[in-house]
Amino acid sequence: MTKQLLSGNEAIARGAWEAGVKFASGYPGTPSTEILENLAKYPEVDAQWSANEKVAFEEGMGAAIGGLRVLVTMKMVGLNVAADPFMVFPYAGTNGGFVLISADDPGMHSSQNEQDNRYLALMAKVPVLEPSDAQECKDYIEFGLELSEAHETPVMMRTTTRLAHHKGLVALGDRVEVSRKEFTPDVKRFSVPIYRKLRRPEVEKRLERLREFAESTPINRVEWRASQPGAAAAKGSVGVVTSGIAYQYVREVMPAASVFRLGLTHPLPSRSLIEFCAAHETVYVVEEGEAFIESHLAALGATNMIGKSAFGVIGEYSPDRIAAAIAATPTAPMQDFSKEIAMLPRPPMFCVGCGHRTVFDVLRQLKVTVAGDIGCYTMGALPPYEAEHTTFCMGASIGTAFGLERAGHERTVAIIGDSTFVHAGIPALIDAVFNGSGLTLVILDNSTTGMTGQQPHPGAGTTLKGKPAPKLDLEAMVRAAGVKQVQIVDTWQRKEVGRAIRAALLQGEPSVVIARGPCMRLPEMKLSERAASPYVVDESLCTKCDACFKVWCPAITRTAEGFPIIDTLDCTACTVCAQVCPTEAIGPVDSRQ
Amino acid sequence: MDTTNLIFAGVGGQGVLLIAELTAQTAVRAGHDVKQTEVHGVSQRGGSVESHVRFGDANAVHSPLVRAGQADVVVGLEKLEGLRYADFLNPVTGSLLVNDHEIIPGSVANAAEKYPHHAMDFLRHKGLRVVELPASRCAKDLGDGRMANVIMVGALSALLALPEEDWLETLKERIPAKHREANLRAFQAGRRLSTDFGSPFGLSGMQPVAGGHRDSGPLSPAKGDNHD
Ligand SMILES: Cc1ncc(C[n+]2csc(CCOP(=O)(O)OP(=O)(O)O)c2C)c(N)n1
Repeated sequence: MTKQLLSGNEAIARGAWEAGVKFASGYPGTPSTEILENLAKYPEVDAQWSANEKVAFEEGMGAAIGGLRVLVTMKMVGLNVAADPFMVFPYAGTNGGFVLISADDPGMHSSQNEQDNRYLALMAKVPVLEPSDAQECKDYIEFGLELSEAHETPVMMRTTTRLAHHKGLVALGDRVEVSRKEFTPDVKRFSVPIYRKLRRPEVEKRLERLREFAESTPINRVEWRASQPGAAAAKGSVGVVTSGIAYQYVREVMPAASVFRLGLTHPLPSRSLIEFCAAHETVYVVEEGEAFIESHLAALGATNMIGKSAFGVIGEYSPDRIAAAIAATPTAPMQDFSKEIAMLPRPPMFCVGCGHRTVFDVLRQLKVTVAGDIGCYTMGALPPYEAEHTTFCMGASIGTAFGLERAGHERTVAIIGDSTFVHAGIPALIDAVFNGSGLTLVILDNSTTGMTGQQPHPGAGTTLKGKPAPKLDLEAMVRAAGVKQVQIVDTWQRKEVGRAIRAALLQGEPSVVIARGPCMRLPEMKLSERAASPYVVDESLCTKCDACFKVWCPAITRTAEGFPIIDTLDCTACTVCAQVCPTEAIGPVDSRQ
Repeated sequence: MDTTNLIFAGVGGQGVLLIAELTAQTAVRAGHDVKQTEVHGVSQRGGSVESHVRFGDANAVHSPLVRAGQADVVVGLEKLEGLRYADFLNPVTGSLLVNDHEIIPGSVANAAEKYPHHAMDFLRHKGLRVVELPASRCAKDLGDGRMANVIMVGALSALLALPEEDWLETLKERIPAKHREANLRAFQAGRRLSTDFGSPFGLSGMQPVAGGHRDSGPLSPAKGDNHD
C-alpha cells in the first residue's frame, strides 16, 4: 500500500474521493479551504464554491436527499451562517451519505472568534467525529458516510487548524463508485411543519441508537497502559480522556498513561467513560475548545476529572502546554529571550501592489469612521492606516454603518470585499436603502476571495473547477437594490479613488463606490501576462522626499545612500508610487534604460 | 533513532513552507515516519511564517509540534525570525542555522531603529550554537536572490542523516522543470556553505557529511530564474 505525506485537508479530500462522494460544496474559510481545492482535482467529483455556507449546505442537503454521497465544507463560523438548515436537516434525515466538515480554529490563527462547534452539533442532534491525524482524516470520511447512511443522519466532522494543516503519512486506497440511492418524494418526511412533529421523536430515537453505537464503535477505544480494565483505581493512577489532535500531544507527553481516545464525541459513550473514570484515581480530560466531554462526565456524576481548570479553555493546545499543566518536567529548561531582546513583531500587511491600499489611504486622511468587514482589507485596521474601526463578521459592515448612522455618526463609511458582499452584504444593502439610510459603501472589487487564497466567487467569472461562469454584475446588483449614486473607479488611480469617496460622502442618499482592480495574486496579474515592466527609481531625479515610502509598499526599501529602491522581482507595476512622486523619478524600467 | 526536531522560520514569501516540505518529503523517502505542521492564512501576507518538521521511527512521531527546548535545528531564513524561534532549540545540542539577512518589518513604527541587529551575538552569548550563512548573497551570485531558501535547505541537508540521493530526488520531483537546474545548484552551494562555515558541526546522534568540500570558491553565477 502506498503511503503519502498529506495534510489533514488533503486527506479529507482523498477520503471523499475514495468513498465515492459525487457532490461537494462549501465556502472558503481557513482552515477548511484546501479540502475543496483538492477535491476539485478529481474529475469524478462535482465540487464547487457556493455563494455562502448556507447555500452550500442546502445544495449539499439537496444532493444527499437526491441520493448522492456528499461532502460540505466550511470554517466554524460558516456553520453559524448555515445553522438554519443544519438544525432542521436531521428531522428529515438524509438519504445519501452527508458529511459536513466544520473546521474550528482554536487560537484564532485566522478567525474572528473561538468557537467549539461540537455545541452546535449537540443542539442539532448530529453525531460528531473527531479525527486525530491525517490518516484518520481520510478514514473518517468513509466511516462518516456509512454512519450517515445507516442512521439517515447528517454527520459532522470537527477538524481544527492544527489537524487541517499538519501533514502525516496516509495509506491511499482506490475509489469505490457508489450508485445513487433512490429518492422518493415524501411529504411527511421532507416537508411542512405539521408533519415535522411526527419526525421529532425520530430524532430522539436515532440519538438513542447512536449512543449505543458510541459504546461499541472501534473509533472510541481505550489504550490501556499502566492501568487495567475493570480493576479498582490504584493509588496515583492516571488516565486520560482525549479527542482530536490533542490525543497526539497526550501520547507525546504521557506515554505511559492509559488513554480513552474518542473518535466519536457526540453522542458520548457514557457507560464506557464512567468505567474508565472508575479505573483511575485521576482522569485528565484533554480537549481543545470548550469543556464538551468534561461537562458530560460531570453530568454523569464523575468527580475525579481534571480538565479545563488545568489546561484552560482559551487558545490552541500544544505538548508544552499539556506538560506544563500536569507539571511533567520538560526535558530541557525553557528559555525565554523575549524579555532581554527586542523581539519585534512582524504583522501581516497588504501585498505588493494590493489595490486596497489607495482606499485606506483616502479613508485615513478623511478621518471618517469606518465600519469594516472580513477580508484582506481587515488589515486596514492595522498601522499605518488604522482606518477600520469595527469588524465583526462577514457582511456586518453595512448593518453596523447603518446603526452608527442612526446613532448620529453621519460620517461613517462601510467597506466590504466583493466576495463578502455576495456572501452576506446584499440583503444588508437592500435593507439600508429600504430603511432610508444615507450610507456610503465602498466595495473592494478584486474579482476574488483574496484572504483565503484567491477562490473564485459569483463575481469572478470562473468556477472552482476553472470553468467559465456568468459574472455577477455588481453595479446592476447595487442599482437593483435601489442605489442611484454608483461610481466605479480604477483602484490604483489614487486621485480618482479619493474624489469618488469624497463625492459619495456628500450625498444625502445611499451611495456606492466600486473600487475595481484584480488581486495581484491572481495568475492573470503577473507582469508577463500584462506585458508590464517593474518600476524603478531614477536616483538622478529623486530628492529623497520619502513620499513613495508613504505608499507602504513592501517592495520599496532604502539604499545605503538613503534613496528608495524598488525590488524589481516583487514590483507589480501598480504605479501608485509613481503617482505620488513629485519629481517623476519613478517609472517603468524600460523607459529608464 | 531518536526523533529529529526541526523548525523553519522566515518571512511570508521567502519560501519557508517549501523547504519544510522538501525536508519532510526527503525524510519520507528515507523511510521515516514524518509529521509536519504549518499555519496558513494571514501570516502569509508578509508576516512571520514557521513550520515544524519531525521525523523518526515508524509510528513513533505523534505530535507535529516541536516542544520548546527540543529542536535540533532551527533554520532561519531571516535573522529576526531565527531569533524568534531560538528558544525552541535544545540549549545543549541545538543549532540555529540562519541566513545572514535582515528584513525590516514594514508596518512597525521605527522598525529600522528597533531591529535587533545584534541578535546573533546575543544568542551566542547565551551559549547557543549559531551558524550564520550568507545565503541571500550566495543566491544572488547564483542569479536569483529568492533561492536563499534552497541554499539554506542545502546547508541543513549537510547536518542531517538523510541520504543525499533522497534530497536530490525530492528536489527533482518538487521543483518545476524550468527552475530545476538552478535550484539543484543552489542546494549544492548550500551543502558546501554549511561545511565551510559550520565545522566542527553535526548533530548528536547523526552523521555530518564526511569531509566537506572546501573548494566552494567563487560561486558560478547561474541564469536568473525565479520560482513562485
Ligand atoms: C462566515 C465566514 N465564512 C468564511 C470566512 C473566511 N473568510 C475570511 S475573509 C473572507 C472573504 C474575503 O474576500 P473578499 O471579501 O472578497 O475580500 P479580499 O480578501 O479579497 O480583500 C472569507 C471567506 C469568515 N470569516 N466567515
